[in-house]
Amino acid sequence: MQLLSYTEDHHRFRARLRKFLAEEVTPHVDQWEKEHIIPRAVWQKMGRAGFICPALPKEYGGGGGDFLHAVIVIEEIARTNHSGLATPLHSDIVVPYLESYATEELKRKYLPGCACGDIITAVAMTEPNAGSDLASMQTTAEEDGGEIVLNGSKTFITNGINCDLVVVAAKDPRAAEAHQALSLYLVEAGTPGFSRGRRLEKMGYHSQDTAELFFNNCRIPKSNRLGAAGTGFYMLMEKLQQERLVVAVMAVAAAEGILEQAMRYCRETMGPKGPLNRSQALAFALVEMSTEVKIGRTFLDKLIVEHMAGSRIIVETSMAKYWTSEMAKRIADRALDLFSQAGALEKTPIVRTFRDVRVMSIFAGTNEIMKGIIAKMKIN
Amino acid sequence: MELTRSQKEIQKAAQEFAKGEFDKEVTVELEQSRSYPAELLQKAAELGFVGLQFAEEYGGGGLGLVDACLVAEALCRKDSTMGSAVVLAAFGAECLHRFGDKKMKEQYLEQVTAGKMLAGIALGESDRGDDFTVLDTTATRSDNEWIINGKKRYVTNGGAAGFYLVLCRTEAKHAENSGVALILVEPDRPGITVADLGDKLALNSVALADITFADVRVPLTNLVGKEGQGLAQARAFLDEVKILAAARAVGIAAGAFDRALAYVKQREQFERKLAQFQITRHKIADMATKIELARLITYRAAADFDKGKADPTLSAMAKMTAARMAVEVADEAIQLFGGYGYMTEQEVERYYRDAKTIELCLGTRESQKDRIADLVIGKLK
Repeated sequence: MQLLSYTEDHHRFRARLRKFLAEEVTPHVDQWEKEHIIPRAVWQKMGRAGFICPALPKEYGGGGGDFLHAVIVIEEIARTNHSGLATPLHSDIVVPYLESYATEELKRKYLPGCACGDIITAVAMTEPNAGSDLASMQTTAEEDGGEIVLNGSKTFITNGINCDLVVVAAKDPRAAEAHQALSLYLVEAGTPGFSRGRRLEKMGYHSQDTAELFFNNCRIPKSNRLGAAGTGFYMLMEKLQQERLVVAVMAVAAAEGILEQAMRYCRETMGPKGPLNRSQALAFALVEMSTEVKIGRTFLDKLIVEHMAGSRIIVETSMAKYWTSEMAKRIADRALDLFSQAGALEKTPIVRTFRDVRVMSIFAGTNEIMKGIIAKMKIN
Repeated sequence: MELTRSQKEIQKAAQEFAKGEFDKEVTVELEQSRSYPAELLQKAAELGFVGLQFAEEYGGGGLGLVDACLVAEALCRKDSTMGSAVVLAAFGAECLHRFGDKKMKEQYLEQVTAGKMLAGIALGESDRGDDFTVLDTTATRSDNEWIINGKKRYVTNGGAAGFYLVLCRTEAKHAENSGVALILVEPDRPGITVADLGDKLALNSVALADITFADVRVPLTNLVGKEGQGLAQARAFLDEVKILAAARAVGIAAGAFDRALAYVKQREQFERKLAQFQITRHKIADMATKIELARLITYRAAADFDKGKADPTLSAMAKMTAARMAVEVADEAIQLFGGYGYMTEQEVERYYRDAKTIELCLGTRESQKDRIADLVIGKLK
């Protein structure tokens, strides 16, 4: 039974996107991985072809589609065997903050650019001393004569080098209640006082420009605050469900891709006693991997349906984020074993996936944080 | 099992050497430029850390595999990559030391133990490092020469080694694989083509290459050990170096653990040290336990080897257990570091990759289990 009701339009969208990625992305991936960045021109081509912000209403330049279009983009990017082209973070995690909470004026100002690939966004929450513990954030936002003055530093920011517009979480030091101190602000990259730090070297996601961002007396108009003052935590809570679901889609898509390649390798490679998949141990390993991927896919698809129906599924999406990211890691680790020494060569495509999936149990809230949330809501 | 005073001194010396000489920024540079740490090897060799288990007449330490394991563990603990590179400098020399004649050993081992030459051994011909069912490389006799033809895969130090021990068929293929010999091939012989395998998941400073031999001629006297004993010699070599690989894995795990432990004792979130959270504490307990288990089986295997009671079952068990443990411990170390764990700067991601390569070389988990099962189950009636 197919849980997701893909329409003809979705199928056509997927086919067009697959062709686009095969022509415009796949041939360049190795180079981008070496250069540690994706050219902005790719975003522009992709945006103009209608693959960025596919779920954003058409009146703001979006594709007017639904979350399934977003799912398709994540799955198809996963098939290009790299993780640097972070349009899903932009389309499905950052832009929704603008769409839901920015003033009509700001929406008209920024969203069309976000959809056509001219504006690349980032979200800046994590700080050097505030990772899992978001509440310990130290970046401040103080009102000063109709303006907001931002001070602080953020780290591990996806699209950090390329970004034109950043959603920044910062605290008002004068707020009475800790939980009502947090607000989200829109900062344009050219604003005086805003600067980018170094690009961070990491295990995987090499084509992804992860960087530090600094705010030093960075003044923005008060109207660049998203929503009412002090409602930052509420907005984060509202949007984290989709963020976790997006990670789960990424994880399941990555695991499916790895499994497909491992299957093919084991069918096509001769071992001591015939093709590797005739080895009982390797066949059982593939069976176990297939089972895990299937369980992940089934759970994920169910959550996608519920999410699209507007259900509040914080517990389930937290479960999915932690379980599928661990699953993708297990599948990647086990798949390398099946490739033996070829599993240690970068020319074997799943080696990159192995390096990339390792971060999934860390970003968008570590898996320990997920379990803490579930424990708080479900157990305690 | 208690270390002798001399073993404790060697361990301490290796720790001090690693502390003084390893520099993570240099490691990252060498990894990126794919350059072997030649100077470091020289220094390590001067202090006697290369070929500890080789006889003194060939520049070795005249010591045992336990000593070699202690050094491998200490070096990898301080830097998984540089430690591995130093240990792998002699990869293949172990085989020459055991089976080569005096002349060969004088010519090559002295240079290896002096850190002036990398060793090379070319056994496998498939993706699986310990699978010799595929063995098509031939050595045919012509007057007083061997003529070698074939392609060897995944040769450590391939292209950089001062000699290669090549596993060849000297007789027509038959079921027992008995007509197999190890033949020493000098790298400057005509007909050798080295194809580097490119970027790797880890250990990029150590060369890895496929080597093709096309009518490569070497003197008959280049035979290592006995004709017909090639496979047994290759297996004995693997049984020895699996223990060394296990020791590297223990070091890698211990190094990832050291870093994670220091971090959780210092990092605060939710107004507490990470080390105050029960989940963190239990992760630390699990990691420490796993390392200790793997260390025990590794040194047990090494000690038996030194007593002349080398046990291939124990070698396979040690390699399998220690490599898996190292992957799991380094993985957990990354998780404890959170986002920082994924960054090159904190090293643990490199430890994780280095650990995984140990699991993939010298036979995967499945290969080790095949070997253990063969030995444990024996021939069925």
